[in-house]
Amino acid sequence: MIYLDNAATSWPKPPSVIKAMADALEQAGGNPGRSGHRLSIAAARIIYDTREELARFFGVADPSRVIFTANATQAINLALRGILKPGDSVVTSSVEHNSVMRPLRHLAREGVGLSIARCAADGSFFLSQLDSLVSPGVRLVVVTHASNVVGTILPIKAIADIAHRAGALLLVDAAQTAGAVPVNMPEMGIDLLAFAGHKELLGPPGTGGLVIGQGVDVSQIEPLLRGGTGSRSESEEQPVDLPDRYESGTANFPGIAGLGAGLKYLASIGIDQIRDRGKQLSRILFDGLKPLPGVMVYGTGDPERSVPIVSFTVSGKRVSDIGFRLDEEFGLLCRVGLHCAPAAHRTIGSFPEGTVRLSPGVSTTADEAREAVKVIARVVAG
Amino acid sequence: MTRFGVVLFYTTSAVMRAEKLLGKGGFLIKLIPTPRQFSSDCGIAMRFDWDNRDRVEAALKEAGLESAGVFPLDAG
Repeated sequence: MIYLDNAATSWPKPPSVIKAMADALEQAGGNPGRSGHRLSIAAARIIYDTREELARFFGVADPSRVIFTANATQAINLALRGILKPGDSVVTSSVEHNSVMRPLRHLAREGVGLSIARCAADGSFFLSQLDSLVSPGVRLVVVTHASNVVGTILPIKAIADIAHRAGALLLVDAAQTAGAVPVNMPEMGIDLLAFAGHKELLGPPGTGGLVIGQGVDVSQIEPLLRGGTGSRSESEEQPVDLPDRYESGTANFPGIAGLGAGLKYLASIGIDQIRDRGKQLSRILFDGLKPLPGVMVYGTGDPERSVPIVSFTVSGKRVSDIGFRLDEEFGLLCRVGLHCAPAAHRTIGSFPEGTVRLSPGVSTTADEAREAVKVIARVVAG
Repeated sequence: MTRFGVVLFYTTSAVMRAEKLLGKGGFLIKLIPTPRQFSSDCGIAMRFDWDNRDRVEAALKEAGLESAGVFPLDAG
């Protein structure tokens, strides 16, 4: 089997991730921080250690600014719904995932002004477009760090400069980049960053978070949920302290333990090494697929400008048929269709059919990528 | 004579940070359920040798870790 669906969920997980999750349940099974006994304290330590790892990973000094959520979608909802009020304005891009687009469309109906910067058909971002849309009075700019359909990386630092010049905050959806390319919030000018734990960070599903940059005033961000935090229990009002302000309800500490182990695994390889391997795999897929008859490869075709995600279509063949044959006949697992990103598919010209998307991960080998090209060539031919 | 003191914090996350910080600093500390005579700010408090009070407070201050109070354990 060749697994090329890491942009949806990474697989396989390192054995240390699975062990950390089992250990967490077995040896630290209390409610994290609520009860004060040894199993409760052990669970709280696991959460804190992962919080600290994540803060370091994204270049943030204060671990209490790492807010755990169930996934990137919840983190994005927390930021968008916590910041934007009727009368505010927000600018986004035309390659966003529905985790951004759906909450924004909902907020637009509630009276938030929404502008969308159109991207090129290969997913490239036009800074001049953004510049013309971001005026003083825009509260927030929200963009993905890289398209989940074609992998194209957006110029975050330059986007941050434009946003900040107008006094807006920048929220970045790093679901496809955290763990695949270096992401340093202060260096890139990112104010708020949403991440998924279960993709390239190698944690389990049910983990993710919002990292709030050091300069962001949290009184501007309303909590998405309110409830028990194990702190200030005498009060019936939500605490203002971080991270508790945004973390009500018992945390998924076995999942967070797995995420912590995933981060350690990535650190043992090194993010620069991971990035280089990713480029090599993109190159094999881009170059292998492009010459195949009837195959249209989307995106920049340039591994330097994209994360390892390659989307293609074959003239005269349905993407769902291709995906099914690849799985059934060759054990090649990928994802076909619209990838929860209709805006991105409209931008690249593949709406409503969608594409076949190949997304290698940290454990994918060059041989597997070459083998994938070979079996796709057979499906294309037959 | 007072043997132990406790530091109270506003969040569990702060207790965890303090434990790591003071543990690395060589202090003998233990996390305990917050004694009810103080406050219910957070379910876990940090116990320490009262003799080290000044050094513990200085270490927390230096790290920018805000406490919700430092008390001798036999008080209240």
